Formats: sequence, C-alpha cells, structure tokens
Amino acid sequence: MNILRAILRELTGLFVDDGALALEILAVVTLAGISASLMPDIPLATGGILLLGCLGVLFANVIRAGRRSTQVLRRD
Amino acid sequence: MITWAHAPAMTAAFLASLVEAVEALTIVLAVATVRGWRPAGLGALAGLTSLVLIVVALGPLLDRVPLHLLQLGIGILLLLFGMRWLRKAILRSAGVIPLHDEAVVFATETADLREQARRHEARLDWLAALASFKAVLLEGLEVVFVVIALSAGRELLVPASVGALAACLLVAGVGVVVHRPLARVPENTLKFVVGVMLTAFGIFWLGEGLGVAWPGADLAIVAFAVLFLAAGRAAVVVVRRPTAEALP
Repeated sequence: MNILRAILRELTGLFVDDGALALEILAVVTLAGISASLMPDIPLATGGILLLGCLGVLFANVIRAGRRSTQVLRRD
Repeated sequence: MITWAHAPAMTAAFLASLVEAVEALTIVLAVATVRGWRPAGLGALAGLTSLVLIVVALGPLLDRVPLHLLQLGIGILLLLFGMRWLRKAILRSAGVIPLHDEAVVFATETADLREQARRHEARLDWLAALASFKAVLLEGLEVVFVVIALSAGRELLVPASVGALAACLLVAGVGVVVHRPLARVPENTLKFVVGVMLTAFGIFWLGEGLGVAWPGADLAIVAFAVLFLAAGRAAVVVVRRPTAEALP
C-alpha cells in the first residue's frame, strides 16, 4: 500500500511541483481554449495567448520564487 | 527511416532519458553497494518488466483517442512537465535552490539502506530490491511519458524510442564500467534544455489541438524552443540570488 501511495505521489509530482505554476498554466490553457471557441477565425490569437501566456507565467513564477528566497535571506 | 526532421524529438527523448537514467542508476548502485548486485539487479529487472507491461497495456488505448484530443491532453501534460523542469532548472542556475547532486543522493540512499540493515537484517534483501524496483519504475515512467508525449500522433515513436533507449543503454554501460554515480553529468543544464524542448513541443501540440495552424509548421517548435531558452536565460540573470554580504 505504501509503495502504491509513493508511486501515485511521484506520478502527481511529475506534473505538479509548484501548485501555483500548475494552476497558472491551466489558466492560460483555459484562456486559449475560450479564445479558440469564440474566435475560431483568428487561430493565431489562440496561439499568441498560449505562447505569451506561458512565457509570462514562467517569468512571473520564477521572479516570485527569487523574491521569496531573498526575503528569507534578509530575515536570516 | 529516421531523418533530420526527427532530430528534435529524438534529441529531447535522449536528453530527458539521460537525466532519468542517471537518477535511477544512482539508487541501483547504492543498493548494489550495500547489499550486492543480486537484489539491485532483480529489483531493476522487475521495474523494467513492470514498465514494459504498462506500455503494452496502455499503448494500444492511445490509438483509439481522436488525434486532436490526444494533442490537447498530451500538450497540457507536456506543458506541466516541461515548465516544471524549466522552472526548477532556472531556480537552480540562479542559486535560489541547491543543485541536484548525485553523489549526495548516493550517500543518503546508502546511509538509509545501512540504517534499514541495522533494524531489519532479515528483510533487507527484499527492502533493497524494492528500492531498486521503485527507482527504475518511477524514473522509467518519466521516460515512457516523454517518449509517448513527443510522439503523440506524429509517427515519431521510433525516433523518440531510439533516443530514449540509446540514453538508457549509455548510462547503464557507463555505470557498469565505472561503478560510481555519474555525478559529473551536467544534470541542471540537461534539465534546462529538456524543459525548453518539452515546453516547445507542449505549446505546439496544444495549439494544434485547439486548431492553430502554426506559421512554419514543425519549424515553429524550434522557434518556440529558442524563445523559451532566451527567456529562461534572461530569468536566471534577473532572479540570480544575491550573496548574503551584498544584502542591505
């Protein structure tokens, strides 16, 4: 049972490490999906949301992580 | 036949599998050091057999999923997987989190197994084989996911599998010769590159699943990879952790 639980935990961990990043990625995907259904004639808008959204999410996430770490250093 | 058009998928599968195989080898070597090659080898063999069974059982199911649904599902998983690796690689390069060190993992695993040996001498071979089994199964699942994801509906299964198999054989061969964890493999650089490539593939698949006809077709994957590589390098510079002395 323990090994099954460990495997399931590892499997989830393959895709979700930082919960905020995973949620933000899913939000970008949802936005792209909405754009694809509302504006099927402009598929590049969907592509732009996907590409720029993912870049923005990644950048924002690592900057937040960096700031948190600097704050911890300052407190220490 | 494998052509240059297959190079991105093959390279991504090779590099991702190299990272996973190195991590699995460290645990198998730790088991072999503490308890000998028999439990280490049996555990690894059981792990490989389980992986083959999983692929044989699930592989045919994927053929029944409509292509655009497959691209959507795999695209989302690739984005989650690739951006997770990329985030970690950026934070490690910037010094925000410590680098992964195979020598430390080996020492920790060896110490754990020795502690277990002290407490459960009678069951140790079983526990040691289990550790080896778990390492091969879990790292192998990542390899299987990467190969399936990279080849989703694009007839790239053979080149991606060749890349993954070559990496696993290379690591196993070097491991058998040197009998030490491969701590000199630049794991974070590999993770950085693989994170970039998987993210690029993820955006491409997902876009196609949502009806986007990317300019340049498959070449768009290369453009996305270059873009994410540049963004990742820029993020490392921006996030780089200041030294304690430099802090006000």
